[in-house]
Amino acid sequence: MELSDLYRDVILDHNRRPRNFGGLAGADATIEGFNPLCGDRLTLRLKLADERIADLRFEGQGCAISTASASLMTEAVKGKSRAEALALFERVHALLTDDAAPVDEDLGKLAALSGVREFPARVKCASLCWHTLVSALNAVASPAAADRVLPAVSTE
Amino acid sequence: MTNTAPRREHAGFDVEAARGDFPVLARSVNGHPLAFLDNGASAQRPNAVIDAVDDYERRHHANIHRGVHTLSQEATALYEGARDRLVRFINARSRHEVVFVRGTTEAINLVAQSYARPLLGPGDEVLITHLEHHANIVPWQMVCEQTGAALRVAPIDMNGELLVEAAEALMGPRTRLFACAHVSNALGTVLPVRRLMAAAKARGITTLIDGAQAVPHMRVDVQDLDCDFYAFSGHKMFGSTGIGVLYGRESVLERMPPWQGGGEMILTVSFSKTTYNGLPNKFEAGTPNISGAIGLGAAVDYLGGLDLDAAHAHEHELLLHATDRLSRIPGLRMIGTARERASLVSFIVAGVHPHDLGTILDRDGIAIRTGHHCAMPVMEFFKLPATARASFAFYNTFEEIDRLGASVERAQRLFA
Repeated sequence: MELSDLYRDVILDHNRRPRNFGGLAGADATIEGFNPLCGDRLTLRLKLADERIADLRFEGQGCAISTASASLMTEAVKGKSRAEALALFERVHALLTDDAAPVDEDLGKLAALSGVREFPARVKCASLCWHTLVSALNAVASPAAADRVLPAVSTE
Repeated sequence: MTNTAPRREHAGFDVEAARGDFPVLARSVNGHPLAFLDNGASAQRPNAVIDAVDDYERRHHANIHRGVHTLSQEATALYEGARDRLVRFINARSRHEVVFVRGTTEAINLVAQSYARPLLGPGDEVLITHLEHHANIVPWQMVCEQTGAALRVAPIDMNGELLVEAAEALMGPRTRLFACAHVSNALGTVLPVRRLMAAAKARGITTLIDGAQAVPHMRVDVQDLDCDFYAFSGHKMFGSTGIGVLYGRESVLERMPPWQGGGEMILTVSFSKTTYNGLPNKFEAGTPNISGAIGLGAAVDYLGGLDLDAAHAHEHELLLHATDRLSRIPGLRMIGTARERASLVSFIVAGVHPHDLGTILDRDGIAIRTGHHCAMPVMEFFKLPATARASFAFYNTFEEIDRLGASVERAQRLFA
């Protein structure tokens, strides 16, 4: 287990130049994610059109793993339906936490996050944005509950 | 780039001998010798503590204050002997003033609930500072919610120093209690506690000092400080986890009702009337952490066997060396630059998040704390989500600090 397994070039690149970073006017859902371990926060905003994620952007301050993971996530789920995004969440979750399973190479660039398996203290960093996405999709599905949604917290 | 800082290793303190007393320091982490620079979170244990706990567990364990048999008497003698050591360690007046608790957090909660809660009402105020650990904030917020009292916060400046005059100005006619850290866990600032205690006392305000970060680094004399309460944890001063001390001025503790009810804290119980035990047992309901107390007593003995002045001088040299070495790194910013600081440095590195820094340093065998240090208001003040913190003990070396510096530079290169 080497540092380069964790900080792969894809991760370093997305940390340096996060994609879909910043505000999003007219968002259908705005959800905060919070990592109590390190104090990292991110805000995820998304727009839906025809049950698909038409656009999503994030902002906040976080470590390289959390920033790169959020950046990669926004690229991966844009254009996906709710069900497709939730299915992808399950696959990424397994990628991050199940170190017995082979790396799901079909995940493409997202597979670069598999290095966190060897760094248990860092799994939360990578999963925070995904938990936030699930909260955001739930908030959109049930607008009445949206006001009461607490910040998403990664629970690994 | 090479950075060679001047060496000022303290001649009067035998660091290698001290290191030999701590078995964990001989291990390696990720193929490197362990450099344990996270003592502010929890310090390591010397053989003296490990052996004392081991001997108790193997030979003397029984419940205390309850049996006439040999083991119970031995365990009681060891437990109360530990209390005697702590009485001397902080120069309390008597055994009545040293209450064993789980740690600093429990000590402060005990004071908030047993002392403050019956006393406070709407219009009353509790004063703390902006430098506090969550353990010296949340118990007061809770008791203020319960009683309608207000929590006031004394401000700090960009060096991480308390604005003492502003703090004194906030000590008003309705201030019932003033609680402050002796040493800030996030920044290392040493607060001018003697002056603050005197100012509070002159206004008739009861005082509590959170001494968790102070007892490992300096001599503490509660009579000299003239505080009403002083709280600290065993594990930060080379003892076990789950044990700590609440010092309370006897006249104040006497007036307080028990906090928790149960065995140990009573004299007689019937269904119509229970009479409480005297001090300090009134506050020690249930079977206590006997082995933890014995270990803490052993830690006090161990510290007593060191040349503490030389140890503290060595820690100060470590602080100067770390400040010097880290300040040479472009892009590194020290957070907390108070004139008087305990032996810890808090810092951020441009382009490298503290959490990533912590992981990279760990690969080099270096343990530091990264995060908000349970002091989110301090982080908020500096507009930072987190810092990296290296906190030293007398067993740390200049070489470990040089490794820290080199590893930070390596992290910078990775993220460049």
